[in-house]
Amino acid sequence: MKTLVVYLMAMPDTPALAQVAVEAGADIIEIGFPFSDPLADGPVIRRAGERALAAGMRTKQCLEVLAETRARVSVPLIPMTYASIYDAYGWERLVTDARAAGATSFIVPDLPADVHPELRRVQLVAPTSTDARLTLAANATDGWLYLVTVTGTTGARTELAPSLAPLAERARAVTDVPLYAGFGISTPEQARAAAELVDGIAVGSRAVEAAEAGPAELAQFVSSLRGALDALAFA
Amino acid sequence: MTQTFGVYGGRYVPETLIPALDELESAWASLRDDDSFHAELHHLLTTYAGRPTPLTRVERFAPDQRMYLKREDLMHTGAHKINNALGQAVIAQRLGKKRIIAETGAGQHGVATATVCARFGLECIVYMGSEDMRRQAPNVERMGLLGAEVRPVDFGTRTLKEATSEAIRDWIANVDTTYYLIGSCVGPAPYPEIVRELQRVIGRESREQILQIEGRLPETVVACVGGGSNAIGMFYDFVPDEDVRLIGVEAAGAASLGTGRAGVLHGARSSLLADEDGQIMDAHSISAGLDYPGVGPEHAYLRDTGRAQYVPCTDDEALAAFHRLCETEGIVPALESSHALARALDCGDDLVLVCLSGRGDKDLAEVLAR
Repeated sequence: MKTLVVYLMAMPDTPALAQVAVEAGADIIEIGFPFSDPLADGPVIRRAGERALAAGMRTKQCLEVLAETRARVSVPLIPMTYASIYDAYGWERLVTDARAAGATSFIVPDLPADVHPELRRVQLVAPTSTDARLTLAANATDGWLYLVTVTGTTGARTELAPSLAPLAERARAVTDVPLYAGFGISTPEQARAAAELVDGIAVGSRAVEAAEAGPAELAQFVSSLRGALDALAFA
Repeated sequence: MTQTFGVYGGRYVPETLIPALDELESAWASLRDDDSFHAELHHLLTTYAGRPTPLTRVERFAPDQRMYLKREDLMHTGAHKINNALGQAVIAQRLGKKRIIAETGAGQHGVATATVCARFGLECIVYMGSEDMRRQAPNVERMGLLGAEVRPVDFGTRTLKEATSEAIRDWIANVDTTYYLIGSCVGPAPYPEIVRELQRVIGRESREQILQIEGRLPETVVACVGGGSNAIGMFYDFVPDEDVRLIGVEAAGAASLGTGRAGVLHGARSSLLADEDGQIMDAHSISAGLDYPGVGPEHAYLRDTGRAQYVPCTDDEALAAFHRLCETEGIVPALESSHALARALDCGDDLVLVCLSGRGDKDLAEVLAR
């Protein structure tokens, strides 16, 4: 079975949407805590973050959303946010409070593996990562390694990036942890193609758009990804 | 080891960029002690860009003081920004990069970058907030004439903050082919150090010149601070001179050092205009070049150690100094530099050195509209 990771921006309706996503086949939910200047994100998630901030989704409210989500689902929940949020709230304090609210691990997209190593988190590697950095990230990572498929920011692409295959091969050579690929995966076809190379996939921008269109749209989208991954398992 | 300035600086960027920063750091480590690099840069600065710049005594502007202006406004392209752009263009060439990206606020760094790209035959893309494009229209036209593509950034504050974020996103997507020519002493390591070293020529020349003219060091050195590149370049060689006061002047509505808190923006930890949740707040200044909620990490360090002081200046005070310098000395200063002029006038010291970081031609529409 391939793992399906779905990203949702923290909003008041996120707990209900997360439940919908899990019922439709998501194995892990990432919850984005919005940041005003999200360097790793393309336009869809940047705009979702702007709307979340306008709706008052600050760190405290995001932690409440996390706790409410935890009350509804039992899958791993992973807050994804930027270093500035941790710096302001306090690095240890945010980890403690998020764990108390049900967080399983963390993703900090602007924190290279050698910065704040005491924060145990899912590490990201990219096509540009050297083998030395792949090893560093794989040794430090918490549970699985996040392979950024593209040299670029989050957001849908028309095709699966050709850079994923060599990255997956290089990562596999240095670690046995599960490899999940994300950034630029938005369709069942891409999900299936990526999952042939790795152990799971993460979908962000397109999931955020589906969630904004409502629970039915999100359920349908997540089901389509689940179907593509499961078809692969039985192929 | 990545350079920090006390608790500031560092690298807070997506992993994608780390190998490029490592490559830059390694290239810089060899270039900074490389005589051929310094010779090439010196040749460009003297034969192309107009160094050394003079010190000008301004007796009518400041009749009660011995005030000298370091005339970076006389540099090619009209500001100190060319010191940095030339240096980094040489670095980019040594790295074999043919595509250059930059962010710009007032447009001075964008013009300087477009200029050096034209000079070296490099592709140039400049990100600029649409509000800044409105405020600094002549610089947008100049960049076009020089062959650069100006990409408007039309979200958020539509100023330097978003332009910088978009430039970094471009770099993330094109890091294999692209050199990010950052315009101030901000960003992830090693950029703050590189920009400081390329701008140090301002303070080095000034120190020699004032010793030659006055036979002593100034009591006070004043520079405006947005990201802080002219100030760090002006201050750095005076840091060991403990009797010399260093005063950085921020726009009152963009006082990252005066009213900010520690946080992370654009790849570095520094003092920022941010709320208690770490969300970056909007800055406000009449001067596009100071309209930035962050500041170079080394300034935050100099503030914390007490070696430099950072004081605010309002839009109206800067405008008054702008007009006064025009009328008393026949020099049209940039609005950015006018902030430094205002605080230099009332700093209470006699022998004062001010960095006139740029000229004000670009600001005429903004000033005349008031």
